[in-house]
Amino acid sequence: MTATSRLTGPGWYRALWMSLLGISFAFGIVTAIRALYGWDPVLDGNAVLTVALLATPLFFLVGLGGFDYWFYWASGRRTRPEDHSGHGAHSWRDYFRINTDHKVIGIQYTVTSFFFLLVGGLLAMLIRAELAAPGMQFVDPNTYNGLFSVHASILIFLFIIPVFAGIANYVLPLMIGAPDMAFPRLNALSYWLLPIGGTMMLISFFAPGGSFSTGWTAYAPLSTEVPVGQLFFTIGVQFAGASSVMTALNFLVTIITMRAPGMSFWRMPLLVWANFSTSLLVVIATPFVAASQFFLLLDRALSFGFFDAGKGGDVLMYQHVFWFYSHPAVYIMMLPGFGIISEILAVKARKPIFGYRMMAFSLLAIVVLGFTVWAHHMFVSGMQSWIRVPMMVTTAIIAVPTGIKIFSWLATLWRGVLRLDTPMLFALGFLTMFVLGGISGVMLAIIPIDIHVSDTYFIVAHIHYVLFGGSLLTIFAGVYYWFPKMTGRMYDERLGKIHFWLTFVGFNATFAPMHLLGVAGMPRRVADYAEQFAGWNMFISIASFGLGLSTLVFLYNMAASWRGGPRAPANPWRALTLEWQVSSPPPVFNFDAVPTVVGGPYEYGVPGAVHGVFKEGAEVPQPVGAAAGAVSARKE
Amino acid sequence: MLTLGVLASIAGVAIALAIDWFPQSASTQAKKVDSLWDIVLVISVPIFILVLVVVLFCVWKFRQRPGEELKDGPPIHGNTQLEVVWTAIPALLLVGLCSYTFFVLDEIEQKDPDELVVNVTGEQFTWTFAYPSVRAGRKPLASSQLYLPKDRPIRFNVRTKDVLHDFWVPQFRMKIDAVPGITTQVRVTPDTVGRYPVVCAELCGVGHATMRQVAHVVEPGEFQRWVRSRQRPAGGAAAGGGGGQAAADGRAIFTGAAGCGGCHTLAAAGTSGQTGPNLDQVLKGEDKAFIRESIVNPGAKIAKGFGPNIMPENFGQTLTPQELNALVDYLSKETQG
Repeated sequence: MTATSRLTGPGWYRALWMSLLGISFAFGIVTAIRALYGWDPVLDGNAVLTVALLATPLFFLVGLGGFDYWFYWASGRRTRPEDHSGHGAHSWRDYFRINTDHKVIGIQYTVTSFFFLLVGGLLAMLIRAELAAPGMQFVDPNTYNGLFSVHASILIFLFIIPVFAGIANYVLPLMIGAPDMAFPRLNALSYWLLPIGGTMMLISFFAPGGSFSTGWTAYAPLSTEVPVGQLFFTIGVQFAGASSVMTALNFLVTIITMRAPGMSFWRMPLLVWANFSTSLLVVIATPFVAASQFFLLLDRALSFGFFDAGKGGDVLMYQHVFWFYSHPAVYIMMLPGFGIISEILAVKARKPIFGYRMMAFSLLAIVVLGFTVWAHHMFVSGMQSWIRVPMMVTTAIIAVPTGIKIFSWLATLWRGVLRLDTPMLFALGFLTMFVLGGISGVMLAIIPIDIHVSDTYFIVAHIHYVLFGGSLLTIFAGVYYWFPKMTGRMYDERLGKIHFWLTFVGFNATFAPMHLLGVAGMPRRVADYAEQFAGWNMFISIASFGLGLSTLVFLYNMAASWRGGPRAPANPWRALTLEWQVSSPPPVFNFDAVPTVVGGPYEYGVPGAVHGVFKEGAEVPQPVGAAAGAVSARKE
Repeated sequence: MLTLGVLASIAGVAIALAIDWFPQSASTQAKKVDSLWDIVLVISVPIFILVLVVVLFCVWKFRQRPGEELKDGPPIHGNTQLEVVWTAIPALLLVGLCSYTFFVLDEIEQKDPDELVVNVTGEQFTWTFAYPSVRAGRKPLASSQLYLPKDRPIRFNVRTKDVLHDFWVPQFRMKIDAVPGITTQVRVTPDTVGRYPVVCAELCGVGHATMRQVAHVVEPGEFQRWVRSRQRPAGGAAAGGGGGQAAADGRAIFTGAAGCGGCHTLAAAGTSGQTGPNLDQVLKGEDKAFIRESIVNPGAKIAKGFGPNIMPENFGQTLTPQELNALVDYLSKETQG
């Protein structure tokens, strides 16, 4: 490869000079316009930064090659037949390039998200260090506000939402018997938007005036007044959000059009159902958070005054638009986890999912109801008070489909043969902890209680029981469960169990006392607090350090097992779903022969049952008994 | 398992009710919120215990034993009756709970013709309380401390000068956001004499954690005495050169009434706030006029390393002239060594 082709071909060299070009573009256009209109000063750092934050990532993506094929096609040249040379990863370097293989992208997504989990977790450690005692110890109030704002934004937009997209990216096409996602190039682009959004949020700490410091909610008008660090959130969220929407569209089209023969909707594994529901939520809701942040951007950059009461703006409208996304976002962060749990419980309890159709219907019910509850975040916001009552009722009612899922999982366990390995422990841990998060959620729906505890540590406790006790435990369960499929290696079971118990105990010791603090009157988002809360805060900080350290066990297990764990068989869990019927890791194009689906995904205990067969027209030819799934794994 | 579940539920409810959840209750609303809380606990704790007991029972009873590695469970696909039951019962419970809540909500937000109106104004990072029905000179009586007569229904009209704030007295259990452009309302009937914190519960910037004031609930007679003491024209004391009578205690104002110590470090007062500049350093060698201007008009000269609009600009209104004199004297004395 010549030096010129290195600079002009897609890749990091081109991305680098294109990024510099993007920065110069922002600098040039802003300065030119200001000079043209005679504005003083001609050189405005904030204005340049605003345009640079929007433009540089796009230049970077063009440089990296994210748009190459489309530009080629759009310019009217003859289309190049896809030779699939970009599929698969041959060395670690392939994970740092534009790659259209859903399995590579799935790993890119998952590993990137876990990197942001570690960063977000470290920020939490700093928060807890500051909160260990009343008064200010390590950071000043502005930095503190930045710490919790970046902590929440990173973990929501760069960990929980994308890690589910990553796991599903890897597993979902395999599960429905597809060779890849419907739009592989779009898939690659949606991945590469992610590190851009995350990097932007992290480097905000170097912005003049500190990072964005208005919480992940960025309520106006505070967010239109604080220093320029706020923009790194406002614009970073646009990239993360665009990534979400593209992936969701991709999942929807893949699920609707690329299922294997015989895979009717009612034969889809519940993880597929869960991602179908989640994608509906993402496609409908995410544009609202984009809108709320674009409004903020226009308020900040061009003084539109959407949220400036002095200019006739409406401050409460920000909250309505924001929560119209951000409440469904809670389900975006939970439904894929429900899917993971359904897969694991059926396989590890060796029983069919109890009430499979109700499980699918309850997902759809949550999607619909999820759009009718947003204003329960605004019971004390000063909005029209009558809105509170219908929102309370819908919020309470959404517990019904959630309850159906919980009870169906319990019934799935009943009389099963429970294999209590690491994924199962995390799944059971989720089942109990998520119920607590759900119950505190119903308590928060009760308006008089919410009036007292909103904006207190009770909220902090609730959201961590939902997103840590709920989402994160399902993510750990899923990562352990599919680790053999993704890497072709087995993880260390003993370390996995140690990780579970440290996490489970550390989690409860950290977040359970926060319920008490909140009801007792400690507000959230404060760097300093009254003396009476000192005891519990010290306890929580110590517990949280233990919780943080437990992650090291997980990291070591993942890294060591990926490098040198024992080779994984195709189907170590004796599961029936299609991803386990191919080798670990799967062949480059997933299936050497197109599978035909002949039954439900969870027919455990049904003699001779299989979910998919790999011979054209074959009618369940496999031996009877539990090993049926494993045998059908090897074609011929 | 059923017996175990029932026993565990009873124990769980007993523990949940035994926990002293709330801070002291100081309003009629608080009593109703607290009993609603207990009802919610009685309903919800058994649901958690039920799930927990079933999970633990399954783990104990149905776990895979050695030799069962290839065994499967029975192929039970569902049970319509059971599914109807666990859809209907939670739905009924929740609808019932919501209906009951509706009545509680109606009760705690009752209007009263006899209510006393207090205008609450939030700004970064302090509160001002004004009593439109009580005149002090030509203007309504205003104060940085909230005084409320016991057993009188109060309507707070809440406004803000800048960003969102939230007016909350945990002992009253009621809170409401202060929203730019509109006036929000919250009603409370204080019923216990005492001193309670006024807390800002909505993130409002760097000084959010220090945006605290004090609410005093006092007997009606004492409230009238307080009103009269605030109405007295300030001229008399000022003319006397601040001499003798009621010499306000500068240190008490610094740490208490004005809340300076929340943001400022001052060695003599033992405060360590970091939101604003360290007064031991920035006031060193400055005269009283400078100190007075920095309190009344904080934007005039801003210490290096701090942004504008962080310190409230209302101390000129909320402190009486005597208090201001005392505070200036105190700061001058402590920082000039």
